[in-house]
Amino acid sequence: MQEIVDKHDAKNLYKQMYLMRRFEETASEMYIRGKITGFTHLYIGQEAIAAGVMSALFDKDYVVSSYREHGHALAKGVSPKSVMAELFGKETGCCKGLGGSMHLFDEDKRFMGGYAIVGGGIPIATGIGLSIAYKKENVICACLFGDGAINQGAFHESLNLAKLWDLPVLFICENNLYAMGTEVSRASAVTKFYKRAEAYDIPSECANGMDVLEVKKAAAHAAGYVRKGRGPYFLELRTYRYKAHSMADPDRYRTIAEEELWKERDPIVIFARHLTDTGVFEPYELRKIQEKVEDEIQEAVDFANKSPNSGIELLKEYVYAE
Amino acid sequence: MAKISYREALNQALREEMRRDSSIIVIGEEVAYYEGAYKVTQGLLAEFGDKRVKDTPISEEVIVGAAIGAAMGGIRPVAELMTINFALLAMDQIVNNAAKIHFMFAGQSFVPMVIRAAQGSGKQLGAQHSQQLEAYFMHCPGIRVVAPSTPMDAKGLLKTAIRDDNPVMFLEGQGLYSLEGEVPPGDYTIPLGKANIVREGSDITFISYLAMVPECLEAAKELSDRGIEAEVIDLRTLNPLDKATVFESVKKTGLALVANEAWKTGSAGAEIAALIMENCFDYLDAPVIRISATDTPMPYNRQLERAALPHKEDIINAVNNLLKVAIPQ
Repeated sequence: MQEIVDKHDAKNLYKQMYLMRRFEETASEMYIRGKITGFTHLYIGQEAIAAGVMSALFDKDYVVSSYREHGHALAKGVSPKSVMAELFGKETGCCKGLGGSMHLFDEDKRFMGGYAIVGGGIPIATGIGLSIAYKKENVICACLFGDGAINQGAFHESLNLAKLWDLPVLFICENNLYAMGTEVSRASAVTKFYKRAEAYDIPSECANGMDVLEVKKAAAHAAGYVRKGRGPYFLELRTYRYKAHSMADPDRYRTIAEEELWKERDPIVIFARHLTDTGVFEPYELRKIQEKVEDEIQEAVDFANKSPNSGIELLKEYVYAE
Repeated sequence: MAKISYREALNQALREEMRRDSSIIVIGEEVAYYEGAYKVTQGLLAEFGDKRVKDTPISEEVIVGAAIGAAMGGIRPVAELMTINFALLAMDQIVNNAAKIHFMFAGQSFVPMVIRAAQGSGKQLGAQHSQQLEAYFMHCPGIRVVAPSTPMDAKGLLKTAIRDDNPVMFLEGQGLYSLEGEVPPGDYTIPLGKANIVREGSDITFISYLAMVPECLEAAKELSDRGIEAEVIDLRTLNPLDKATVFESVKKTGLALVANEAWKTGSAGAEIAALIMENCFDYLDAPVIRISATDTPMPYNRQLERAALPHKEDIINAVNNLLKVAIPQ
């Protein structure tokens, strides 16, 4: 981490990452307390990616995500209250409790959904790219997925079509090294995923997903390329999820030594150290940001707790568009 | 009224809708330069250009997925899957995404997309190209299923499907493309969920859709010569299903026969028969009859294929047997 960053940018990046971390730690706690049920996939360890990528996008840009998307939604500006309420299955949730952890959506923030079939959102992002190109809008669609999605047909079909039609889609693979319990080398013949884009003549880059400044720089470059109408771009960001695949996963396929090694590269700790070492922030200033985040998280939990349960009348309300 | 083919009726619907609304695009395999495997999209590329009429690679999952995304992004895609058999490659996008987006995102997004696909048997195309899969889609909440049997319905229903804000599986009778029929001049639509009583009768109700409608009509004609008057209902859409029209007719005639070209087990006909049982039990003089294909993959051999598929003779024979039971001589 070399660069000195603008104080406003730094505050935003740090705050976003810290918010995601604390949100997920709290979600984990709420899951254990039975407030959240179903499948819950935590983003802890990968925060630099959502923070860096979203900071390189504009409000009007679209984001399509997967089922590990709490962090993506928060970083795109979806309110922690509405995400937490959604996880609690409450009427005030961003999808009124109909979606749940894996299906967050926010029309206003152009957060176009979490999709829970591995790779299933990639064709949708490609189609959003088609609508942007058709309407000649000056926006792009960013599509985030994990290393598990890379071997789905949907991934290959989408990259081919996106390049064939030069659609404004930024494909982002968050390579956290494990597709559920399977390490990438046991699932992929080619583990340098950015190289796969070459097969479709799509420019690509691999960056350190634990370094928020590197992610931001790579994402800004990639988004700029796509925004100029030059077609799709592919980013591979290497990262690590600290927690199990989901709250239901006993996590017995990784060594403690490996997990500890990655935790030494913690994106939040390293960025905080960088900010204080370079004099951008005094430690007390970071603490102030942390305190503000703690308040926001507490508010989100209180809001979710107090919100009414999703009513039975919702069961049939949204099956069809009127 | 002018007489045109089912194919031409579909072509007119696409053309007129694309003229009316510039947000409509057509995508699919061979839809542009080849002008459609069944020539439904003939002339569209010439009139609307390659921004609106787009050939795709043979990638059904992304054809449908991209249509979904494009619809969410604010345009109205009509995706052609050539034949319904290829929809199986796109089932994840249809069932997990298209059908659920409006629901799981609580109405914040919707998918105004039409998937057109030819469906039908009897052309000796073998097991993988002779399937009727409407029940798969009818089973899944969130998707409209349209199955027209005449040129007039094909045009009016396709226009409605394109204007509808839900994902629509639009099934076209593969054997019906050259069928000619009268079509009203100018713009008209036919609502989804409104069955058509194509023949009135008092003795038995035939319920059908797509290619079995003409078979039912022919059977009804022959039975009429012997004094048996069948009422023939063309459902036109399977989701929404016009239950009211079916129940009203069955309550009047007291006898029901459901005919579809699909496999018998778990078919649309099975669902309709169950609905009649649930809702018209006291009016029925005999169990509901189901006419369908045999529960086998489709053989290539002409004689075997004919044996596997339902025909008007099967309908007539079933009615003869039924009347022996219902009205003992």
